[in-house]
Amino acid sequence: MSPRRMSRVALAATIGAVLVVSAACGSSGTGQGTSTSSSSSSSSSQSSQSPTQSESSTGSETSSQSSSGTESGSAGSSWTAPAGMPKAKLTILFGSSGTSETDALKAATADWGKQTGSTVEVTPASNLDQQLAQGFSSNTPPDLFYMDPSKLGTYAKAGDLWSYGDQLPNKSDFYPALVKSFTYNGQLYCAPKDQSTLALWINTADWTAAGLTDADIPTTWDQLDAVAKKLSTGGRVGLALSPTRDRVDAFFVQNGGYLVNDAGTAATVNSEQNIAALTFVKKMLTDGAMKWSSDLNTGWGGEAFGTNKSAMTIEGPWMFGALKSDYPNIKYKIVPLPAGPTGTKGTLVFTNCWAISAASKNHDQALNLVEYLTQPSVEMGFAKAFGVIPSVQSAQAEYLQQFPDNKVFVDGIAYAKGVVSAPGVAQVLADFDSQLGSLATGDPKTILNSVQTNMQSALGGS
Amino acid sequence: MSATRSRGGIRGREGIAGWLFITPVVVILGLFLLLPIIVAIWVSISDWSGKGSPLNASFIGASNYETLLVKPGLSQQDLGASLRNNLYYVILVVPIQTVLALFLATILNARRLKGKGFFRTAFYFPSVTSSVAIVTVFLFMFTGTGVVNQILSWFGIHGPNWFNDPRGVLRLILSGLHIVNTDNPPGWLTSHGFLGMSWYDWLSGPSVAMCALIILAVWTTGGTFMLMFLAALQDVPDDVVEAATVDGATRWQIFRSVTIPALRPTLFLVITLGLIGTWQVFDQIYLTGQGGPAKTTLTPAFLSYQAAFGDFKWGQGAAIAFILFAIIVVMTIIQRIVMRERKTLPRRRRFGTAAPAGTENTTMAASSTGGSR
Repeated sequence: MSPRRMSRVALAATIGAVLVVSAACGSSGTGQGTSTSSSSSSSSSQSSQSPTQSESSTGSETSSQSSSGTESGSAGSSWTAPAGMPKAKLTILFGSSGTSETDALKAATADWGKQTGSTVEVTPASNLDQQLAQGFSSNTPPDLFYMDPSKLGTYAKAGDLWSYGDQLPNKSDFYPALVKSFTYNGQLYCAPKDQSTLALWINTADWTAAGLTDADIPTTWDQLDAVAKKLSTGGRVGLALSPTRDRVDAFFVQNGGYLVNDAGTAATVNSEQNIAALTFVKKMLTDGAMKWSSDLNTGWGGEAFGTNKSAMTIEGPWMFGALKSDYPNIKYKIVPLPAGPTGTKGTLVFTNCWAISAASKNHDQALNLVEYLTQPSVEMGFAKAFGVIPSVQSAQAEYLQQFPDNKVFVDGIAYAKGVVSAPGVAQVLADFDSQLGSLATGDPKTILNSVQTNMQSALGGS
Repeated sequence: MSATRSRGGIRGREGIAGWLFITPVVVILGLFLLLPIIVAIWVSISDWSGKGSPLNASFIGASNYETLLVKPGLSQQDLGASLRNNLYYVILVVPIQTVLALFLATILNARRLKGKGFFRTAFYFPSVTSSVAIVTVFLFMFTGTGVVNQILSWFGIHGPNWFNDPRGVLRLILSGLHIVNTDNPPGWLTSHGFLGMSWYDWLSGPSVAMCALIILAVWTTGGTFMLMFLAALQDVPDDVVEAATVDGATRWQIFRSVTIPALRPTLFLVITLGLIGTWQVFDQIYLTGQGGPAKTTLTPAFLSYQAAFGDFKWGQGAAIAFILFAIIVVMTIIQRIVMRERKTLPRRRRFGTAAPAGTENTTMAASSTGGSR
């Protein structure tokens, strides 16, 4: 029961798997203005853009939607019930983390339905990918669904997605790294719904028992290695890591490297920075400072941390729920990931978006629902209900006020990178994962070279 | 003349009636068997993206097969790895489960065994239990600190972390015997390969994780095949066995020369079903590592599912299914050739003369067995 449940939590966490984009280089989109957080400025930038967008977009339905979006945007607040929108019956399919998420989503969509006269059927998926595939092939997909960025390229290339990002009045309110995660071929396909970044979790009891103080909190790789070694006593390992690129890639970012270049057009897997970073990870594995969670008989880093088989782990905010429900006695501290040798900070961001099916007959209503759900107030409601971090910057101040512990995760978004989203990349990344398991006995350069070859052929094939 | 014509008329109506009677079956088979197969063939040679009807996709020739079989790349490697894993799985599961089933059936068929019903139920039980439940139980038993390793530790053996251990068993044995150095594998094995994998990788043997699945498969399907053997054993003619005993044959000789030949059709059935079932293994893979650790439990059936539903490469997924189909057909044909009856076998001829009488007595033996129970 507990291991099964753990692995399901880990699965839910990895489903979000994404890469990020460096905040510094978020310049791929069209000129969306320099302003960021004020909703009035975002709606005005939307109205100035909408004429060109409705021209460039496809059907008449789309352009009429675009103008109605502008109307609601110019009305002042981020969302108001649109007048004259036909009633519709919408369906949402999503991978739920549990009843609290399902209930919160049901309540929010019912609220929207009350104000617009439409109804929304909310269905938690038992196997999201498979149910979506069946929906797409029979032309009856759900109107809205959760999508993680690793699926973006595949779905977009197959023509399954309706690209509505440019019609969002609050487009500029989303964190740039998240926008980049859902941008494919220069278009923002869907609105990010939440975000999570990675941080270092420290078991404070183990920490003090090893004679460490706050001054020892690692800010560099060498310090991380040193404290991990000190913490590796009594059958416990200093650092436990889930054996996946969704953890290891953070070291690449900290060393100034990544799997692809900033534009996402070329593979840079076997760069010098990445080889050095993976060599460092291997060193921690071989000198006993770190172990894969799977080698500790646990399903993921959080389980190793919760069962105190490790004193530290690298995980995201989903750990709060797991620790609270399964390991309530663990006392912990969360700190930012240490920087690489050049002082570069780096982490990974995971997110999901509100994807709208191309085959949906209710694009207007679905887009309106997305606008409603990505308001700061609604996203804050989700944050309180099931612990996600809002995807809009205008909710940040209120969020940090209510959840000051999560500051480290919110701060991370500034220097985080997201998932590579080109079609066919999922297979390459899965192959990378399978090779990471044998990193301790393998050669980092050989591993990265093989991933480079596969990544380049996946990117070239798109 | 008129008689002939009317007979023709009757025959004509017979024909219509005949077609009418078989129409439901033809329609059902066509709709649920033939049509899906044809569409699957079409998908495997088209670029269908999973959106809308596959019939609107365009023809791209054998390019999906080419990607899988010829073109170096990840798809080819994955197929190679899955074929290797499944080959070891088949090579180990089919013989072991067949021998085990025959062994259990022979014990149960012994006349003086008490509590026959109990043992029969006990041995058959795993076969009627949901495989999902069994796999879940095995996942617990084979964790690093699970029951299996606890028992092994009584004997001073430090058990592996079963479902997370990608090391190949054959390679472990060879390196344990100092025949192969895993840190420096022989170059003639690593420099050449097939389907994107070096011969060294092909020869790694099933991984420790796969071995746990092999144990699971033998344990669950052994019972089903035991029942088939048991039914066949009860049909072995008693008089032939008696005659052999009178001739001074030992129990082993009777088993080899009377029982096994009499079981030949059942043996063929069991091995055929075993081959097909093991090449199609899916649910255990899906429930355990989804191909992990390090792709050592990947099988073609799971790879096909993953390519189609995970990566939306529907053409490749269908192509893998047909490659798997071809493998199963070829293996079954080979097995047919190997197991065909050889008419010139001297030992068979000796009992062959008694065959007509034997057939008659079989029914008597069967009825007397039935009566005694």
